[in-house]
Amino acid sequence: MSGPVRYTLHHPKWYRRPVSVWWWLESWRYAKFVLRELTSLAVAWFALLALWKVRAIATGPEAYAAFLTRLQSPFWVGVNAVALVFVLYHTVTWLNLAPKAMVVRVGGERVPDRVIQGMNYLLWAAVSAAALWVLERG
Amino acid sequence: MTETVTLEVTRYRPEQEAEPTTQTYEVPFRKDWVVLDALNYVKDRLDGTLSYRWSCRMGVCGSCGMMVNGEPKLTCAAFLTDSLPGPIRVEPLQFFPIIRDLVVDLTDFLKKLKRVKPWLVREKEKPLAEGEYRQTPEELDLYQQFSMCINCMLCYAACPVYGLEPSFIGPAAIALAQRYNLDSRDQAAPERMEILAEHGGIWECTFVGECTKVCPKNVDPAGAIQQYKLASATDWFKSLLLPRGAR
Repeated sequence: MSGPVRYTLHHPKWYRRPVSVWWWLESWRYAKFVLRELTSLAVAWFALLALWKVRAIATGPEAYAAFLTRLQSPFWVGVNAVALVFVLYHTVTWLNLAPKAMVVRVGGERVPDRVIQGMNYLLWAAVSAAALWVLERG
Repeated sequence: MTETVTLEVTRYRPEQEAEPTTQTYEVPFRKDWVVLDALNYVKDRLDGTLSYRWSCRMGVCGSCGMMVNGEPKLTCAAFLTDSLPGPIRVEPLQFFPIIRDLVVDLTDFLKKLKRVKPWLVREKEKPLAEGEYRQTPEELDLYQQFSMCINCMLCYAACPVYGLEPSFIGPAAIALAQRYNLDSRDQAAPERMEILAEHGGIWECTFVGECTKVCPKNVDPAGAIQQYKLASATDWFKSLLLPRGAR
């Protein structure tokens, strides 16, 4: 050891480890979290797609037909297939986490997590079925 | 032949070195040993200069939290057998400033804990003659899970939000705020909401969920924070939609 030790009373010489920009690659758990956050881009993409569709419909039958033809190209089918997988991942992880935020008590007892998740999935299925019914009818 | 296991322990001696280094120790492997037993062996037999905190050895005091192979753990509950064949990496809790070796500075956490008023607050105390504040088992059940927190700070070391944004008040402090909010004897929920709805409060949380996974007492801080967000959002909608009297 070289030289006398210098301490200031009540002021330890801390060492702060800097947090790397790549912190989320250091463990699989964090990587999974960031992946889940990124899936929201796919959600945003579908929202944009819906807006484009509305615009195409508003412009006229030819614009709508062009819109549909463009979406049938292998590139866009690929993009949308990947986006769909991400959106499903987003939805499933979201619904699985719902019981963390929703504490429902019936007769003083907390409703088990499984039941809350089940209700959320049922609601999801019901809304999807209703949307499908409306679309198929039209 | 005695079996041994290698420990890679972080050393930081501020009077000697500017940055932490790693020191390797060979300790005997015993199947009933936890990482804390191995550290105590090092301290007693190999190197008396190693510094770390511990007290109860039974998961109650919350002092011996460290990173074991990169995961925040109570070292009194981390068995050597779970990390075989080794080497076992023992580091100070991440995201906290290191004072020496495995000892981190708790000041930031203690300040934040105090801000959420983790005690029973009454608008007006009732006179002693009227007796104690009574509570039913159902009322106890509402907050009991959150009251199990031992302030070990593993949840902070697991939280990348705390690492990136040190002003975040953090999982344990919010879980403890919720513990008092849900207590039928307490009346300070609106005060705590004011503190926690600010910058550095519940809305910093991006729900990584790791705090709940590493909690040795099953407190579920992530749950507490999401429930708090829901309550805060509900309050906001009510203030928007309902006339003043009905809130």
